[in-house]
Amino acid sequence: MSAQSSWKRWRLVLPALLWTVAFFIVPLGFMVVMSLWHRIGGKIVATWNFENYIEFFTKPHLVKALLNSLEIGLTVTVISIFLAYPLAWIIAYRVPERWQRTALLLAILPFWTSYVVRSYAWLLVLAKQGIVNSFLLDIGIIAEPLAIASSRYATIIGFVHFFVMLLTLTIYANLRQLSPNYARAAADLGAGPLRTFWHIILPLTLPGVMVGGFLTFVLCVGDYITPKILGGSNELVLPQVIMLQIGRRADFPNAAAMSIILMLVVTAAYVLCARWLKMERS
Amino acid sequence: MKPQFPVKKTLASLGIPLLATASLFYHGAGVAAGSINALVWCDHTDPGFIQPFEEANDVKVNLKEFEGTGAALSILEQSRPGDWDVLIIDGVDVPALAKDGLLASVPEDALPIADIWPEVLLEQNHKIDGKWYGMTELFGYNTIAYNKDKVDAADMLDMTSMWSGKYKDRIAVYDWHTPMIGLVAMGLGKKTAELTEADLPEIKEALFKLKDNASQFTDVVASQTALATGEVDILFGGGEWLTGVLSQEMPNLDWVLPKQGGLMWSQSVTMLADAKNPDMALKFMQYILSPEGQAALATSSCYWAMPANMKTGSALNDQQKGALRWDQQKEYLGNAQLYPSVSPELNEKMEDLWTEMLQQ
Repeated sequence: MSAQSSWKRWRLVLPALLWTVAFFIVPLGFMVVMSLWHRIGGKIVATWNFENYIEFFTKPHLVKALLNSLEIGLTVTVISIFLAYPLAWIIAYRVPERWQRTALLLAILPFWTSYVVRSYAWLLVLAKQGIVNSFLLDIGIIAEPLAIASSRYATIIGFVHFFVMLLTLTIYANLRQLSPNYARAAADLGAGPLRTFWHIILPLTLPGVMVGGFLTFVLCVGDYITPKILGGSNELVLPQVIMLQIGRRADFPNAAAMSIILMLVVTAAYVLCARWLKMERS
Repeated sequence: MKPQFPVKKTLASLGIPLLATASLFYHGAGVAAGSINALVWCDHTDPGFIQPFEEANDVKVNLKEFEGTGAALSILEQSRPGDWDVLIIDGVDVPALAKDGLLASVPEDALPIADIWPEVLLEQNHKIDGKWYGMTELFGYNTIAYNKDKVDAADMLDMTSMWSGKYKDRIAVYDWHTPMIGLVAMGLGKKTAELTEADLPEIKEALFKLKDNASQFTDVVASQTALATGEVDILFGGGEWLTGVLSQEMPNLDWVLPKQGGLMWSQSVTMLADAKNPDMALKFMQYILSPEGQAALATSSCYWAMPANMKTGSALNDQQKGALRWDQQKEYLGNAQLYPSVSPELNEKMEDLWTEMLQQ
């Protein structure tokens, strides 16, 4: 390849490269550097050590915040997949084609509301005097209102409501790409609908499920609004602790170190996900 | 045929307004003569408070809201000198900012010092090396707010009711370690000004009991919602700043200072050292501290608070005075203590303790 054509190719990718360097690599590098500094006596001092990281792993309540994030993220991802898959399947295969767009529009309708407003709305729904408790009390299933709001359950409900929609879209797109000939061939060979789904449809749509699940997990472990509003801070997730460092103490080095830890966890999840997808393909 | 665009004309018609708009955003707000830029808490954004000043002085007050001192410092660090004229900040943070050279001194005779409640004048915060760098504009209490239809008002006069077990799962706790650890310390008979690391074990024990009795630890909006919707009957750490704004619609919500006292918070109005419009900034400070400005600010649509100017009573109506317990201020101020002002090291330990309690 000539030097001129090589330069032409570089010229094409240069804007994207510069954009990535300016808005991702440089800020990330700055965050890594900041995480090695320390806030001493109200000032940020360039100490160049791993004290913030050591401090994080030696304080059990901080490690618990990371574990809480992971537990909630995994729970939400699994529940959302189980709810979103049937919904996407119904829209893709059971809803007449001319109504599918409307069905998808209805599915993503909650995205149109502000995230914060939606969380506060859930708080009212799940409150002791909210719709859920009032209904359960009216039909006599419970004698006393359940304490759903300000708990992990409320956080999970709020997250699932949001992410089921996201997953429905990714799984629906995956299902629509599948040729109907796979199901027909399976039927010709004597497989029933359940067997066809289990051995043909599900394996072929798993990559889409994994991508959607990974996105759900990442967005979930990085969020602090929903746990704060719906969880009532009865337990903290790591993004909440990071926000406390910034908002209450202006301790950017500590916040940077915690953010790097969270990012490494997400990266590990990505690597696992990517390896699994690669294995599936091979 | 390709459409032809007269380049110069297009630039003139689009570019100049765009540049003008961009420069406005770049400065964070307008800096033209006849305007001032203020970094404020949400109470100052109420049109009922800000419009009378703007109309009387033919000036535009550009307001930017922030939450917490950390956020304000971040904004200042990212701004250029002269971007901001006025800053509203916690009273305890004034000395550090003044020593860092961020604040301008204000002539003593320009401030209504004699009209300010002596207990909230906080000379140690505002007067440094003989110069005034700010003045308390509002104050209030972190104490006990409650629904008087649901709890025994007599119990609210004893802070230990919060962790006695009588109101288990009916209490929301204001989620901020500094005032709440101070308040719990007061409940244990300690003085907030004398807190040391040695006090933390006893405070930790009470905090863990509080965790067992509380149903949630929330910010201002969520705790107000919880109290208003009946999700909880008590907000430990709440006060007039939370119930006042709801007092007309929900007269069943009240607040009180228990026998152990309450924690007094205060917010101060200051002028930035490199303010571009210091004369107007000073006028704005004077308006804030006048009885009319105080009454409007103290009863803003965001939250209510206690006016620092003793003469404000004449500008408040009876309903407002009742909701603020205005007539009890002399007694309340005598039984209030300031936020713990501790070293950064002890503050970090207190914050760790708070986080540990939340994770229990």
